[in-house]
Amino acid sequence: MIGFVLLSLVMIASALFTVTAKKPVHSVVGLLVNFIALAITYLTLHAEFLAVIQIVVYSGAILILFVFVIALLSSGTKPFEPGPNRMPRAVYPALLFGAIGLAAIAIAVAKTAFAPTAIAGATGDANVFGSVADFGTALFTTNLLPFEVTAFVLMVAIVGVVLLAGDDAPGRRAPKRTQREPISPPRERIAP
Amino acid sequence: MSAPVDAYVIVSAILFFIGVVGVIARRNPLIQLMSIELLFNSANLALVTFARSWGNNAGHIFAFLVITVAAAEAAIGLAIVVIVFRKTTFVDVDEVATLKG
Repeated sequence: MIGFVLLSLVMIASALFTVTAKKPVHSVVGLLVNFIALAITYLTLHAEFLAVIQIVVYSGAILILFVFVIALLSSGTKPFEPGPNRMPRAVYPALLFGAIGLAAIAIAVAKTAFAPTAIAGATGDANVFGSVADFGTALFTTNLLPFEVTAFVLMVAIVGVVLLAGDDAPGRRAPKRTQREPISPPRERIAP
Repeated sequence: MSAPVDAYVIVSAILFFIGVVGVIARRNPLIQLMSIELLFNSANLALVTFARSWGNNAGHIFAFLVITVAAAEAAIGLAIVVIVFRKTTFVDVDEVATLKG
């Protein structure tokens, strides 16, 4: 229980840091802490394979992708200037919406009787619930079609990214950047 | 370590709505995408919790699918961010007003 409380506090604090950080790089670090705490939480829930996948896919692949895009976007121009704030008080309706949704879910959880199974700690046994053998058997026998659909989703993502960002997409040639200045002059703004 | 299912679901909901507030209130597209990752992860936490609670690993399979979709979404979203904000002066979603009438 004390471990769960600690992990929850780490997850919530790092999520808050991710959302409130000024620079995206700081957000990435907060998200990394969040993902690692979440992976440990998966371990306590007997989801050992998912814990490893969480570290490998999220922390290893997706966050590195974010870091690369941050480096790419801040290489040519000045790094990450936010434009003029056209909706300065958008935070308040967002907070209100979040509070209402959270209260709704809290009421729903309080009114629902969940399965009373005690949640025990992780074990190192093979062939028990949540182990790699158990997960693999379920994935390749009863859930073979979702697994194939996963492959299709990834292929669509690859084709989409190549079409979007590839240099010689048909009909569009990405401009070559040589100078350390924005490609297009700043657009003139309509005065509010 | 033993904690009730309710506690896991409440933590998942808190993470989800932190992500929702991030998507709505922030203007940096990268931080918005990271908030969307928070949403995916909170949903995964709820799925894994219920899988453990029912002793049925269909929730694990579904969480695996969610991770795959999150990876595809991050790749395509970041590609769109790169090609859109290469041409603007500010990295800010308010800059994307090309379709404004």
